[in-house]
Amino acid sequence: MSLILDGVSKVVNGQTHIYQTDLELQAGTMNVLLGPTSAGKTSLMRLMAGLDVPNTGKVIWNGQDVTGMRVQDRGVAMVYQQFINYPSMTVYDNIASPMRLLGKTPAEVDAAVKKAADLMKLSGMLERKPLELSGGQQQRCALARALVKDAGLVLLDEPLANLDYKLREELRAEIPRIFEEAGSIFVYATTEPEEALLLGGNTAAMWEGKITQFGPTPTVYRQPTDATTARVFSDPPMNFLNIRKSGGSLLFGDGQAAPANGVFADLADGAYIAGFRPNHLELEHHAPGALEFTGKLQVTEITGSETFVHLDHHGEKWVGLIHGVRQLDIGASLTVYLDPKHVYIFAEDGAAIASAAYATAA
Amino acid sequence: MAKITLDNLAHSYLPNPKGEDDFALKELNHDWVDGEAYALLGSSGCGKSTLLNIISGLLHPSQGRILFNDRDVTNAPTTQRNIAQVFQFPVVYDTMTVRDNLAFPLRNRGADVHYVRDRVQQIAAMIGMEAMLDRKARGLTADAKQKISLGRGMVREDVNALLFDEPLTVIDPHMKWELRTQLKSLHHEFGHTMIYVTHDQTEALTFADKVVVMYDGRVVQMGTPQELFETPQHTFVGYFIGSPGMNVVDAHVSGDTAVIEGHQITLGKGYGTPSGKVEVGVRPEFTSLSAGPEGLPVTIKRVEDVGRHKIVRVDFHGSEINVIAPEGASISPDMNRIVFDPAGINVYSDSWRVPPQEN
Repeated sequence: MSLILDGVSKVVNGQTHIYQTDLELQAGTMNVLLGPTSAGKTSLMRLMAGLDVPNTGKVIWNGQDVTGMRVQDRGVAMVYQQFINYPSMTVYDNIASPMRLLGKTPAEVDAAVKKAADLMKLSGMLERKPLELSGGQQQRCALARALVKDAGLVLLDEPLANLDYKLREELRAEIPRIFEEAGSIFVYATTEPEEALLLGGNTAAMWEGKITQFGPTPTVYRQPTDATTARVFSDPPMNFLNIRKSGGSLLFGDGQAAPANGVFADLADGAYIAGFRPNHLELEHHAPGALEFTGKLQVTEITGSETFVHLDHHGEKWVGLIHGVRQLDIGASLTVYLDPKHVYIFAEDGAAIASAAYATAA
Repeated sequence: MAKITLDNLAHSYLPNPKGEDDFALKELNHDWVDGEAYALLGSSGCGKSTLLNIISGLLHPSQGRILFNDRDVTNAPTTQRNIAQVFQFPVVYDTMTVRDNLAFPLRNRGADVHYVRDRVQQIAAMIGMEAMLDRKARGLTADAKQKISLGRGMVREDVNALLFDEPLTVIDPHMKWELRTQLKSLHHEFGHTMIYVTHDQTEALTFADKVVVMYDGRVVQMGTPQELFETPQHTFVGYFIGSPGMNVVDAHVSGDTAVIEGHQITLGKGYGTPSGKVEVGVRPEFTSLSAGPEGLPVTIKRVEDVGRHKIVRVDFHGSEINVIAPEGASISPDMNRIVFDPAGINVYSDSWRVPPQEN
C-alpha cells in the first residue's frame, strides 16, 4: 500500500495554498506534517483525502490514479481537532457507524467495536452518550471510529490540540503503538515539534505551502536541510548568528574563533549563518574550545528542573535551556558557552551547508 | 495592585450541598501576595476556573469571603473590582482599529489624551503590533487578535489584578514563546498581581512565581516551580508536573530503606515507619539505567528520542517506569537495572508526602 502525491498543487482565489509537491508514503508508517498555523498542513491533507481536487498533479493510491475520485469512494478516515461524534448515539453506535455503513454483519461490527474500544480505553463507557464523556474520552471515541473503518489512509488533523496537557501526553504515547498494529498509512498534523518527536516515524516539515524536508523524524530534527526546517523543528526556536569562515577558522564575532575542523574544514571562505539549539547553550565552560558569548539577560523562566534564559546578544534574541534551577539577575550581562560540535552552518540563503558534528557523528 | 485574600472560600454549584463531594471548590484559605504572579494549574474540572470566576466576580461563592487589600469584595460586581481580564479566545472590536482597541479601557476611564497615546504606543511595541496600529481589527489572524486582547488587558497600570484564563491556547508554539516572555518581562517591569489559569504545565511553571496546583476542587500544593519539581507534596503533583511525570511504586519503608517488589534500596534519609498505603516517588530525571548489579531489575520496552533527551520506557513487574537519558546516551539491551538517585526520592503515605526525618 502506498500513497503518492505527484506534483500536486492547490491555488484558491489566486492564493497558492500548496506549491507543487511530491511525496510518497508507505503502509504501516506514521507521517507527521509539522508546521505553524497556515503552513498548509490541512490543505495537504484535504488533497490526500480527496476533499479537494489539486490544480496540478496526481494522487496515486496503490498504483491507481484517484485524483478525481470522491472522498466517499476512497478508504480514508479523518479525525479533526474538534471532537466530532454523533451526540444522540451511544459510544458503541458511534464507533460502529462506519462499519454498519459498509454493510458488515453485526458479529463483525461487534468484534471490531470491542477491539477499538479496548485500545482506546473506552470499554466501560460504550453505553454512554459522547457528551457524558470527558474531552479526552470524546476524542478517543472519534479515534476509535477512525480505526474501525480499517481505512488504508488515516488522517489526523491536530487531534490532541483541544485536550488537556496531561491527556495529550498519554494519548501521544499510545497513538504510535495503536497505529503500528493497524498497518495503515497515518498522517498526523501538528504545530508542535515535541509532538512530532514523540510520535516518531517520518516528518514532513512545512512552511508557507511547501514541504521543506521529509524523512525519518530524528534525521529531520538533527540534520535539517535548511534554516527554515531547523526553525520549524525547534521549540524553543533555534538561535542564529552571522559568522565568517576565514582560512582555518570560523569567526563568530566578538573576537571569537573556532578551528574549522571536521565538517567545517571544506567550507569556502565567506559569510554564513550559524544555528544552534537552546539546549546546547551552557552556563559553565565544559568543552575545550567552547565558544563564549556575552549578552544581556532579559528574562528567565524556571520549569522546576531547568531554566530558560532569554538573552539579547547584540540585538539577536537567543534562548538558552540550562539544566538546573538558576537564580540570575535580570538586566545583567550573562556569559554562555557553546561547544562548536553543536553548531549548524547555513548559507545566507538558508540552505544547510554542514550539520552539527554531534548530529552526524552517530 | 493588591494582595488577594481567600478566606474560608468554597463553592458548590448545587443549591443545598451536603457533603464535601458536592463542592466544586473545597474550603480555601490563602493570602496571595501583592505583585506576585500566580498560576492556577490543573486538569479540566479541577476547580481552577471556578476559583478564577470567584476572584473576578463572575461567580458568587457559596461560602467565605474574598478580599482585595483587606477590603471585602465578595459582593462587589466585576466592574467594581478594578481588574483586567484576558480570555481563551480573543475579544476584539472588529470595526475598531488596533489603536482604538488598545486605547478602549483607558478612554473609558477618561484618561488624558497624551497619556493614552504614549501608553498605547508602549503596549503596541510590547506585543509587536506597532506597524498595525491604524488597521481595523477585522481580518487579522486569531493570534494577532489574541495579542490585541493581551495588550488591552495590560494597558491599564492601576488595576488590582490581571486575570488570564488560558490566554495562549489559540497561539502557535513559536508565538507562545514570544508572548510568554513579554508577559514575564511586563510583570518584572510593572509588578502587577497576576493570576494565570492553565492546564499547561510549561506555561504555568515558566510564568509564575508560585504555582497553585489544583486537583478535585482542592489546592494540593502551592509552591515555586522548584518545590513542585523536587518535593511534590502529593502524588498528583508528581504526576501532573513533569513530562513524563514522577514514577510512583508501592513500597515497604522502614527508616532509610525501602523494599520494592522484594528488592531493597536505600533512601538516603530516614522516614520512620510511615503508615497507610506507602509509595516511593522518583522523577524520570532522577532515574537512570544501569547494567547492574545494583538497582531494580527491569526490561526496556521502548526508547523515544525526543531531541534534547531520550525517554526510556521500562517494565518493572508489569508497571511502566520512565527514565530520562541524555541526548547522546547509548542505550544497550544489557541495561537491565534502574537506579534511583537518593536526591530525588520522595516517600508518600496515602498519596501525601512524608517529610524525611532530620538527623
